[in-house]
Amino acid sequence: MLTLSHVSKTFNPGTVNAKTALSDLSLHVNKGDFITIIGANGAGKSTFFNAVAGSFMTDSGNIILDGKDITLMPEHKRAKSIGRLFQDPMRGSAPGMSIEENMSLAAGHGSWLSSISRKDKALFRERLALLGMGLEDRMKQPVGLLSGGQRQALTLMMATFNPPKLLLLDEHTAALDPGTAEKVLELTKKIVDENNLTCLMITHNMQSALDLGNRTFMMNNGNIVYDVEGDERKKLHVSDLLQKFKESVGKELDNDRMLLSE
Amino acid sequence: MDLNSILSLGENAIQLGLISSLTVLALFLSYSMLNVCDLSTDGCFTLGATVGAVVAIAGHPGLSILAAMAAGVISGFVVAFLQTKMGINSLLAGIIVNTGLYSVNIAVMGNSSILNMNRTTTVFTLLKDRLNGTAFEKEYTLIIAFTAVALVVIFLSVFLKTKLGLAIRATGNNPDMVRSSSINPVFTTIVGLCIANSFTALSGCLLAQSQKSVNIDIGTGMVTVALASLLIGGVFLGKGKIPLRAIGVVLGSIIFRVIYAVALRFDMPAYMLKLISSVIVIIAISAPYLKSQFPVIKRRIFLSRRKEAK
Repeated sequence: MLTLSHVSKTFNPGTVNAKTALSDLSLHVNKGDFITIIGANGAGKSTFFNAVAGSFMTDSGNIILDGKDITLMPEHKRAKSIGRLFQDPMRGSAPGMSIEENMSLAAGHGSWLSSISRKDKALFRERLALLGMGLEDRMKQPVGLLSGGQRQALTLMMATFNPPKLLLLDEHTAALDPGTAEKVLELTKKIVDENNLTCLMITHNMQSALDLGNRTFMMNNGNIVYDVEGDERKKLHVSDLLQKFKESVGKELDNDRMLLSE
Repeated sequence: MDLNSILSLGENAIQLGLISSLTVLALFLSYSMLNVCDLSTDGCFTLGATVGAVVAIAGHPGLSILAAMAAGVISGFVVAFLQTKMGINSLLAGIIVNTGLYSVNIAVMGNSSILNMNRTTTVFTLLKDRLNGTAFEKEYTLIIAFTAVALVVIFLSVFLKTKLGLAIRATGNNPDMVRSSSINPVFTTIVGLCIANSFTALSGCLLAQSQKSVNIDIGTGMVTVALASLLIGGVFLGKGKIPLRAIGVVLGSIIFRVIYAVALRFDMPAYMLKLISSVIVIIAISAPYLKSQFPVIKRRIFLSRRKEAK
């Protein structure tokens, strides 16, 4: 489904601030995989997502998505096959526009000069009802009035409105309060299962890294240092993960949020 | 002052307000919707005036309107292209184009900085001839200005509801979200600025034809005057649906011109127009910021007073 071969990215090359964010990263994601990704601060997790989504062009290497070389494809074109959620719930929707208008852009139905049809409205209503947040009765309200959790749930709905080939979740529940985070995570599982989506999820919660999905990547210094799936993964505990990290990196895992959430 | 002169003064202000409200509606699209402060507005306004004048003088009054709007589209395209494809800061792109347009405008007028249209057939004289002898024979300027504004308001109300219009609004609101909806914000910015500048040019064209002359300074300061009108309109009808906000913007423009006309009656010199519009823009934009800073300022004053007391 997704293949990266020898992808590298250095920020500020040739200066004292040069930072190799991805170094010769190669990996293969199978169709239907739900992969959780953990790693210390600055390990390159988000940079990896940015490279796949096209937020910047990589320095070298190739990115193949579903048999198509997307290495040099601009971000908005990749967005047709890649859905993405960020930690910041504000990034995925336009606050000054209504829920309905936001959804209409995500749905992308109709020609440039068409307006939202009655059929679309009914469809949006139906989809919003699935979130169980009562948003279906607030479709005319601006998105700016929603809480962070509601906005993130809406973004999730929008990113998967037309099921993408790949869903990238970048700590998308980290900025929410625990109760809401759990609810959004439940919704994520439900939507991923129902649409059989291929999904990559960065998380700072070691326990959910093991509970969710079928495979886990541990990243460090812009590369994957540990890739585990199947029976080996089923037997793992959080303490094993921490041990693994120490083995492969040579020091204790330091991710401030990760330690706090232990 | 008798009633008649007050009425004619008011009518003048309304006519001028309506014609310049087309520029305010352009800023409503570029500044309020697309979140781009388009500083090429002055030059584009003049461009519309000069192109419209030259085409009208050549004997094509109807075509002059279309030609002016087309010139506006090109000017808007250049501004948008510079800021989206050439990596030039959006404010700077506007200023650069504005400067370049000065030469273009002189060239359009045939190496002259003023053109006279006293004997030229324009859309205004056409309608004046048609209305001759009817009850509306003196209202031709008002009718044309009102029609143009109504058409633009209706266009914006419909257009901003379409998928393209929504994408333009979202570009000003959250460009990340536009990209993730598989829409290129470069495209929406270009379309938005082309449309906005066609209105600015239309505004300039109509002003020049209504006053039967155009000079190179006709658009100077227009961006600040229009911003002031936009912000005044926002005070009255700043929230709510797009059609209502667009009407609010037109009202803002008329209110601005009426206040200005009244101030002139009270012997304010005419050259004060631009200073007043600058002050209005400063107050309207800085007020929310100062309001948010006020509690801190209050505490500072309180603390320093307490120190003095000790």
